[in-house]
Amino acid sequence: MSAEAPAVSMIAAPASPVDVTGHGDGGPAPRHIIVGYGFWIFLISDIVMFSAFFAAYAVLASATAGGPGPKQLFDLHNVAIETACLLLSSFSCGIASLAVADRRIWLTQGALLVTGLLGATFLGLEVHEFAHLVAANAGPERSAFLSSFFALVGCHGAHITAGLLWLGTMMAQFQAKGFRADIRRRYLCFSLFWHALDIVWVAIFSLVYLNGALT
Amino acid sequence: MLGKLTWEAIPFNEPIPLIAAGVVGLILAAVLAWVVLKGHLPYLWREWITSVDHKRIGVMYCVLALVMLIRGFIDAVMMRSQQALAFHGPGYLPPEHYDQIFSAHGTIMIFFVAMPFVVGLMNYVVPLQLGVRDVAFPTLNSVAFWLTATGALLVNVSMVVGEFARTGWLPFPPLSELAYSPGVGVDYYCWALQLSGIGTLVGGINLVTTILKTRAPGMRYTRMPVFCWTSLASNLLIVASFPVLTATLAMLLLDRYLGFHFFTNEAGGNPMMFMNLIWIWGHPEVYILVLPAFGVFSEVVSTFSGKPLFGYRSMVMATMAICILSFLVWLHHFFTMGAGADVNGFFGVMTMIIAVPTGVKVFNWLFTMYRGRVRFTAAMHWAIGFMVTFVIGGMTGVLMSIPPADFVLHNSLFLVAHFHNVAIGAVLFGALAGYTFWFPKAFGFALDERLGKAAFWCWLIGFYVAFVPLYVVGLEGMTRRLQHYDQPQWHPWLLVAGVGSLIILCGIGFLVAQLVVSIRSRVRRTEPTGDPWDARTLEWATSSPPPYFNFAVMPNVKGEEHYWNIKQAARKRMALGPEPEYEAIEMPRNSPTGFVTAFFGTVIGFALVWHIVWMAILGLAGAYATFVVFAWRDHGEEVVSRDEVARIDRANRLARKVAITEVTT
Repeated sequence: MSAEAPAVSMIAAPASPVDVTGHGDGGPAPRHIIVGYGFWIFLISDIVMFSAFFAAYAVLASATAGGPGPKQLFDLHNVAIETACLLLSSFSCGIASLAVADRRIWLTQGALLVTGLLGATFLGLEVHEFAHLVAANAGPERSAFLSSFFALVGCHGAHITAGLLWLGTMMAQFQAKGFRADIRRRYLCFSLFWHALDIVWVAIFSLVYLNGALT
Repeated sequence: MLGKLTWEAIPFNEPIPLIAAGVVGLILAAVLAWVVLKGHLPYLWREWITSVDHKRIGVMYCVLALVMLIRGFIDAVMMRSQQALAFHGPGYLPPEHYDQIFSAHGTIMIFFVAMPFVVGLMNYVVPLQLGVRDVAFPTLNSVAFWLTATGALLVNVSMVVGEFARTGWLPFPPLSELAYSPGVGVDYYCWALQLSGIGTLVGGINLVTTILKTRAPGMRYTRMPVFCWTSLASNLLIVASFPVLTATLAMLLLDRYLGFHFFTNEAGGNPMMFMNLIWIWGHPEVYILVLPAFGVFSEVVSTFSGKPLFGYRSMVMATMAICILSFLVWLHHFFTMGAGADVNGFFGVMTMIIAVPTGVKVFNWLFTMYRGRVRFTAAMHWAIGFMVTFVIGGMTGVLMSIPPADFVLHNSLFLVAHFHNVAIGAVLFGALAGYTFWFPKAFGFALDERLGKAAFWCWLIGFYVAFVPLYVVGLEGMTRRLQHYDQPQWHPWLLVAGVGSLIILCGIGFLVAQLVVSIRSRVRRTEPTGDPWDARTLEWATSSPPPYFNFAVMPNVKGEEHYWNIKQAARKRMALGPEPEYEAIEMPRNSPTGFVTAFFGTVIGFALVWHIVWMAILGLAGAYATFVVFAWRDHGEEVVSRDEVARIDRANRLARKVAITEVTT
């Protein structure tokens, strides 16, 4: 049965570094492209998960079961401050990306610290809002509408919490290991993650808070 | 201190699970003792448990699937024998135990047999077919596998510590809500699937990135083997649908743990929303499983017909069409919801349409065989058995896509017969065909052909004897999941179905025997060239088992069937090509990260099932610490020296040279 041939005349052509995209012609893409690309795919899947919570909210938004609805509960003032915190943190995260590209360690750490503080402020405001709602007998057990609200917004908050943990680890890595290639790749992923959470927040802000308070 | 966990969680008054668990525990202890006493533990730890080699991980996935297949099949035999006996009587399984068994059977067969089997095959084969040295994220690959194993472990632990869900393989509310399922069964189900679901998602991201971004030079999209294409489609579906499963189960868990009202009967909850969400994941899941099987058949049929695959481009188009259409048919799982004629009509038509690309594929396989020199090997047996069985199963599916017919057949045994017809006939046959086909690649010796064919015939005949009766009783009105019944006209059919499950049992026996016999006679079966089937794709261009760097020199792909072409050229010349310039290779280092993460995952899952808060927090802290330790690693790669690469490759070249001279003299 065995009539065989060689693994032989298959010598790879030397690929020029410019045209290596991973699309086949030049062979596997360089490491930072692979990592960034893979993380984009993860972000897409994460946004699919959020979309399930958004869909649940859309289905259940009117199921207040005789309890309070969006109009009575949402405080746009608080939400405006939250939004400002998050958008500004995205800006400082962008500054940190530039600092990483320039290998400026103190600017990097400073910008990341600001990002973290703004994120923590956002989280504090959200916890405050949640505590306020629960105290006013408008917790997630009250109605299907509130269940879906707490789950959707809480899911975003849980992502922010994870992001803050990651950010702290990232700062420690820059301090201990410097601007090594693998650490810069991780930072690329972190910044993508942080900006993606902003996009999700914009959707929450418009579809949940604005839509709820205005209609 | 231990949350809800007390001694009452152990079912001391139920002999069946206790004895079963005792036997399994004894076997496990014996295997562990053997490993430790014989001194194999360091080897296992170094070469397998901490391995980030996609080939080792692929093999471990397949081993997990085969072990869990036996567990799931024992459940099946218990169900068939219960229904054979429970005519005008209680049978031997009390309802609360019977309900756990059918739930566990479905859960295990889908999540811990079919999934790991196809994921294992993709993991093993795809990088080799693409001509590259590993997947995009090797350590993540190991994490993915071990999280899947964690889920399987939790499901099996539930058998003795507590209980498993009694809700069916998908926990439909309101039955699965706390009010109607107060025990820990549904919690075990949810946490097991959340953990293994993360593993599946991570694995999917990994393979999508691998296929789209790391291919050998010249391996354009239109040169990728069809198995790579179906793997791409399957993993795209994983990335797009598994997050929905995660979200849906998270909502159910919030309902159960924190008093939310997503799917409850009170406070505005909406149980039908669960149906919609779960099937938005569930229908793509069907194609996640079957598309890689289609890929296996494409490789097997082409190889053993000695021809290139007929209609390569139409095969790719059909695969990607199925990939998209699979998101547009979910509602056919619950036409009886009452969404109205327009909605049901749309989803009925979409369901019929998805049969079209599937039909294209069947014709392509048939035309590949047409005028080919077909070699009837065991793998080819599975492929031909699949074509016949799958077409029948597909047609009963199209039958049920007609909403009025579905109203009659919904939740009947006709439906059960239908999905087993495709799940066994396509997914399982495909997995076993792939197992037979690639086993010699993974281990360097082929499985016994005669025992493999015996296993095939038992599976094929057993399948028909077990499931054709279920079509009949389904048409006679028997609903699924009945613990007992008193309709005399059903009884003979259920006896026949029971016999069918025994024939399948023989099939499993032959599979075990095949593995044992082949391993014992492996020296005689050794195949030195790495290409035992005279095959056509790149994985056969390297030795068997491949060195851990896969290819000494990365191939430079020049056409659709690159390996076949250079093989033909070498045969004509009666000589190998010139020896390539070897270079040192960088490979990723092994890492225990995956195993340790999964250990903490198990702790978290178990703690959450039993509401043991401190243990869950401890587990989370451990998982985070693992992540930090991995991030702190300074050397992620190690170098294989040029001499080592040359030594390994020269040995394989020598074997291939001998093979060529033997053919010519």
